[in-house]
Amino acid sequence: MSETVKVAIIGSGPAGLSAASRAGQLGMSHVLLEKTDHLSDTIYKYQKGKRVLATPDRLDLRSDCRFAEGAREYILANWDEDAAKNKVNVVKEAEVTEVTGQQGAFEIKTTKGAFKAENIVLAIGTQGNPNRMRCPGNDLPHIIYTVDDPEDFKDKHITVVGSGDAGIENALGVAEEALENTVTILNRSKDFARAKAKNVSDMMEAGENGFMSIRTETQPKLVEPGWLTLETPTGDEKIQCDVIVARLGSVAPRGFVESMGIEFTGPDREAFPKLSPTFESTVPGIFVIGALAGYPLIKHCMNQGYDVVEFINGNKTLTPADEKDLAAIFAGLPQQRSVTEWLDFLRERVRIFADVSPLQMREFMLDSKVAFYRKGEVVFEKDEPGSSLFAIADGSAVVDIGGGVTVPIEQGSIFGEVGLISGRKRGATIRAGEDSIFVEVSRTAALKLMAAVPGAKRVINRISLERQLLQIFKGGLTVEDLQPIVEDPAIERVPAGKVVLAEGDEGDDVYVIRSGSMVVEKDIGGKPIFLRYLPAGSFFGEMAVLSGEKRNATVKAAVASEVIRLKGQQFKEMLAKRPQVRIATEAAVAERAAINNFIESRKASYSSAVDLYSDTAGFIMKEGLGEATDALLIDENLCVGCDNCEKACADSHEGLSRLDREAGKTFAHLHVPTSCRHCEHPHCMADCPPNVIHRGPDGEVFMEPGCIGCGNCMRNCPYGVIRMEAAPPEKPSLLRWLLTGFGPGPGEPSPKWTKKKLGEEKPKKIAVKCDMCKGIAGGPACVRACPTGAAIRVSPEEFLSIARLQEDAG
Amino acid sequence: MASLFPKRLLGRRSKATQTERVRERRHEGFLRYANFRWAKISGGLCLLIIVSYALVDVTPRHNGGSWYGYTLGTIGAGLILWLTALGYRKRKMTSDYWSLKAWTSAHVYLGLSLIVIGTWHTGFQLGWNVHTLAWALMMLVILSGLYGVVVYSTLPAALSNNRDEMTQMQMLEAIRAFDRQLHSAAQPLTPEDTAPVLAALDEDPFAGGIGARLSGRYPRCATAAALRTLGMSRSSDAEARDKVIGLLSQKEAALARLRQHLKIRALLEIWLYVHVPLTFALIAALSAHIISVFFYW
Repeated sequence: MSETVKVAIIGSGPAGLSAASRAGQLGMSHVLLEKTDHLSDTIYKYQKGKRVLATPDRLDLRSDCRFAEGAREYILANWDEDAAKNKVNVVKEAEVTEVTGQQGAFEIKTTKGAFKAENIVLAIGTQGNPNRMRCPGNDLPHIIYTVDDPEDFKDKHITVVGSGDAGIENALGVAEEALENTVTILNRSKDFARAKAKNVSDMMEAGENGFMSIRTETQPKLVEPGWLTLETPTGDEKIQCDVIVARLGSVAPRGFVESMGIEFTGPDREAFPKLSPTFESTVPGIFVIGALAGYPLIKHCMNQGYDVVEFINGNKTLTPADEKDLAAIFAGLPQQRSVTEWLDFLRERVRIFADVSPLQMREFMLDSKVAFYRKGEVVFEKDEPGSSLFAIADGSAVVDIGGGVTVPIEQGSIFGEVGLISGRKRGATIRAGEDSIFVEVSRTAALKLMAAVPGAKRVINRISLERQLLQIFKGGLTVEDLQPIVEDPAIERVPAGKVVLAEGDEGDDVYVIRSGSMVVEKDIGGKPIFLRYLPAGSFFGEMAVLSGEKRNATVKAAVASEVIRLKGQQFKEMLAKRPQVRIATEAAVAERAAINNFIESRKASYSSAVDLYSDTAGFIMKEGLGEATDALLIDENLCVGCDNCEKACADSHEGLSRLDREAGKTFAHLHVPTSCRHCEHPHCMADCPPNVIHRGPDGEVFMEPGCIGCGNCMRNCPYGVIRMEAAPPEKPSLLRWLLTGFGPGPGEPSPKWTKKKLGEEKPKKIAVKCDMCKGIAGGPACVRACPTGAAIRVSPEEFLSIARLQEDAG
Repeated sequence: MASLFPKRLLGRRSKATQTERVRERRHEGFLRYANFRWAKISGGLCLLIIVSYALVDVTPRHNGGSWYGYTLGTIGAGLILWLTALGYRKRKMTSDYWSLKAWTSAHVYLGLSLIVIGTWHTGFQLGWNVHTLAWALMMLVILSGLYGVVVYSTLPAALSNNRDEMTQMQMLEAIRAFDRQLHSAAQPLTPEDTAPVLAALDEDPFAGGIGARLSGRYPRCATAAALRTLGMSRSSDAEARDKVIGLLSQKEAALARLRQHLKIRALLEIWLYVHVPLTFALIAALSAHIISVFFYW
């Protein structure tokens, strides 16, 4: 037991170490508590030689410890040196078990005794404590808890303990045939109830094919170097074992944090502790920084470590390290204000920012842009792709909703929300109504804002609903007409494949597709025939309202979607009040009826063409293209299998192909290769720690530099189109290859060549995906380089146009 | 011929129309490209040559050495070099707008027009000399190209049907999986039954020269032989033998698919091994032809 220190820092990762170093530099009494016998355990556990990236590039490092991109060993060695140099008072193997007391007199019980501190900085990350094996020998160094890169293991005897998803995925990784490992996976019980069905079936297949041995009702009994003794139903058995991968789950840190009285923003797993601008939690004197506070990147962690100790030291004037980035964002505006003044200005004036805390506001602004627009200047044009959200901080905007009608949007409101919610192109052209200042919030920041601030979410949803309805009914309606609908909207989530309306049903409700897409089918001659594809922003169900008859077609969700249900009565009242809307709706109905009749009449005489059209549409929807905005489709009547598309892709980028021509499903010679579809709501964007996946100006979903190689996007993509790969070294020129034949020719070089060229060097693998040849004037290389015309890139509605059927049916 | 080139193609290439031009809503093969634009151009060119050949009076008679012959010869030689450039265009991924399909389309139809350009250039004077060698090589190149056009328009559908959504790697993997199962299933068999199975396991799916590859026939297939032997054998346990026979016939089906796949791919590629070397021979003969013509001027 020692005297009370000013601050106790728990966790010696980048955040904790940086905090302790600052305290050391300031001469502040402190203690750094680390549960293992080395600093920065998470990075310590990385594979030997693994490259650690220093993103985001634009953020300056503010810390007494050094940090730049480099190998694991280099970074750890630097930190050990820096800790000594900064006179950090570290206590290793001190696992914290309990925290009691309050600000000024906290008492921290650890496995190395108790400590007293005035303040606590929690920097324990989110890894939690992996559950350890319980048998003797469980402390030997060849037991690892993560597999970063299966290729680090070659020709080894590997035993995976634990058969949840993590264990099975690791086992499948190291059991890859080319690695020549002998893999055993142990399961304590008979079946694999905790794992996903797909993982279990993959594992069983690998077992049948002799790639791994699956031992059920078996557990480890004794670990020795090179050997593992197993307890099996038929007695003990000793097997060879060079590496043990223990995947026994872990205890998340949330319970521990909450036991101190710290509140979280919500009950779900993504929630973070509630924090003040100085990182103070709801318990005065306990500060939370780093990954646990919601900042997974090393540089953020280190900067926060520095800042938090400065705050504890009474530094009130410290501005965060991102101050100059924020200043740059505001630099182009006509008025001169400080960053804080600008942030307050925006929070005061813009409705969606009203409930945002100053700390959150800084965060959102870093992903946003602010610009000054002269009166009449176009902000964006109709049909431009774009998914960012605009807010009017000063002035006003004018929407051109077609037919020469314009609608003003007042200061404090937002626009561009249709692109944000539906993921589709801009629905209308927007101009500045007077000299104005608009804030452009990126899609990711806007989604984060909606998730974190309920008030902002309500405002955005309400406005978007109102606008979407105005848009669909072509300006015939006013905001007042929609009042009853937006006050109490009936928004329904529809899972993919679910029928919203069935042919022959009674009912007169009208639906508007808020996000996702629908397919319309009609039963003709006992077979459902595809009539049309309805993208987000369309409406359906209006025929029954006008005719008073039963539903004349079935509408079902092509992908998971959201629809807004309008009561038939409400809709009728609207039509009665606004003859313009009635005319527009009747015109739409007439057009749809004409297409229905056309298909019905063709069905009798050209049934094979109609069937093919319908079946093709069904296939395309089944392949998930209902959520695509632009997909590669190959006509296998034309494809000669030359793979020039793949080669062109590799050569147009950094030597890696982002498509696999041969893989994927085929129907009636129409082939959907493994290649990005640029989804309306990209799954890959869902969880990108450095936030580098964006939608570009041509609708492409692309990755900007800064990927940290975590693989989240690859796992989140349901279509398997993202690879984790390091760019190969530069190839000799094409002419040299043509003339001498040396080196790899066009396309992706063979792994063998790459390996030979690189030697010992092991570059970091990062995510690689199609960017629709962004920035290449000629357009997508795969299509340009197809010699026979087999490859095209289309959106589903372009491909399934009625014109196609008309041509086919003659 | 202005109508063959819509205005937008001749106009300034702005970025928006760039991307728009690559976008096609439907698949359109290289033969049909732009409503047979290059077929029309090439056909028109041939017609022009045939008609003008009849109308133009060259003394003493039409041959390669007349002004008319030189004109056709220059066009032909230029065309041959340009057609050869397809091989470079195909592999050079520059970032500006071009469509390899358009190039292929032009390559096919303009290549065919060389039959008229080249032959009419000779004035139908053929003999045993380097000049006629160049002409003959050109005709052979065109002939092999014609074969290419035929297989490109007939075989892709068969390739697609045969592979049935499997990739070549998956086909090989399927065969390896059967091999592994055969290996354990064959353990209980008697030595005389095991021997043909082991031979089948040792079989390299890629073995059996170019003839087998192109015909798809593998008369010495060890898997088929093992099936025959085991079908007639009575020596091992019947149940174990039946299991092995079942696996062998599955492997045979997988092999048949792979071999058919390799056969179609070989048929789609083999002509290039004639077309390309002959093109270089043609260029060599053409150079000799041109140099000798100027030497004896």
